[in-house]
Amino acid sequence: MKRLAEAWLVLVLAVVFSSGLALVHAQLQPRIERNKADDTERQIPAMVPGAIRSEAVVVGGQKVYRALDAASVPVGWVLPARGQGFADRIELLIGLDPQVSLITGLYVLEQKETPGLGDNITQSWFRERFKGRPVGPPLRAVKRAPANDQEIQAITGATISSESVVGIINTAVQSFRRALAEQGVR
Amino acid sequence: MSIPSDGPTALERFLRGILPENPTLRQVLGICPTLAVTNTMEGAVTMTGAVIFVLTCANVAVSLLRPFLKPHLRILVFTLTIATFVTIADRFLAAFMYDMSKQLGPYIPLIIVNCIIIARCEICASKQSVWTAFCDAIGQGLGFGLALCALASVREILGFGTWFGKWLGWHVIPPGISDRVWAPWTIMVLPPGAFLTLAMLMGAVNWATSRRSSS
Repeated sequence: MKRLAEAWLVLVLAVVFSSGLALVHAQLQPRIERNKADDTERQIPAMVPGAIRSEAVVVGGQKVYRALDAASVPVGWVLPARGQGFADRIELLIGLDPQVSLITGLYVLEQKETPGLGDNITQSWFRERFKGRPVGPPLRAVKRAPANDQEIQAITGATISSESVVGIINTAVQSFRRALAEQGVR
Repeated sequence: MSIPSDGPTALERFLRGILPENPTLRQVLGICPTLAVTNTMEGAVTMTGAVIFVLTCANVAVSLLRPFLKPHLRILVFTLTIATFVTIADRFLAAFMYDMSKQLGPYIPLIIVNCIIIARCEICASKQSVWTAFCDAIGQGLGFGLALCALASVREILGFGTWFGKWLGWHVIPPGISDRVWAPWTIMVLPPGAFLTLAMLMGAVNWATSRRSSS
């Protein structure tokens, strides 16, 4: 009891500080969520050719974006995907055509890969390598110029980061295709 | 606990923090952020801002609480105070500087374990007046920022050829220059570059100090 009485300052501070943090959180959280959603939204025209805006739909329990053109005709999909990279989780946005047969764009929403090596996955010259690739058979990261449509040239010094990106895309696209087929959303 | 209120004056505290007791180069504290975020000037400046904010708030809060501090509970109070302000800084960056917050990743939450702040609470704020603690925080914060910017300048210029490249787009090395004339030193923006630059800088500071004291 004496110990508890001595600790009154810690207890009072804990209550005061956590109330303060709750207030800060309540003030800032909507803005933080909006930043992430805006980041996704901004990328959609670059991810799917002809897309102007998007609508969120749930396919197979996962939130995806249906990209729409000026006349609200669906022109493709933007699929959020995540998985383990070399350092930390990588979050991607994958642009797909309406039939989910081709990759039309790729964007890295979040990554903590090695600066100067693995973080080159965010560079457009690497992301361009995925554009126009068919998604039927799984993609593969290779250490030379690609010999066919399934091969993606990895980044020098960042093999694991490159393989992670390829792996995340393969997994996400396959499960999205399965979910679409089951739900019959087209 | 009877706490003596004598000690260096506010001005002395402020000036000491910048060079004579520079937290990074003389006290060798806060080395984790020093090594981790100094590959760009933007990262260094944002980290400095966050540390100055946390350090100032924590020092002032601890100085206000110092009549109530018990010796065996003081570290707990320091940690609680620091963690609160670090969380505010982290959420603020995520809300208003989203890209920077993405780039710095876990290093902002890690300010909680930055030894500079707990050391200032222990050495200065828990013993001296609010004004002295405030000046101490600003001085130490500027000293930390000075060291970070010195490192980041060397690393960003040699590694990327830019200075404040993302915010201001300043090219120190003209872009598109032939690789035969000058190629970016990628190692400078990787962790080894941080160790090499910090070692050189600390060596230079020690050399200058020993020359001055011997002459």
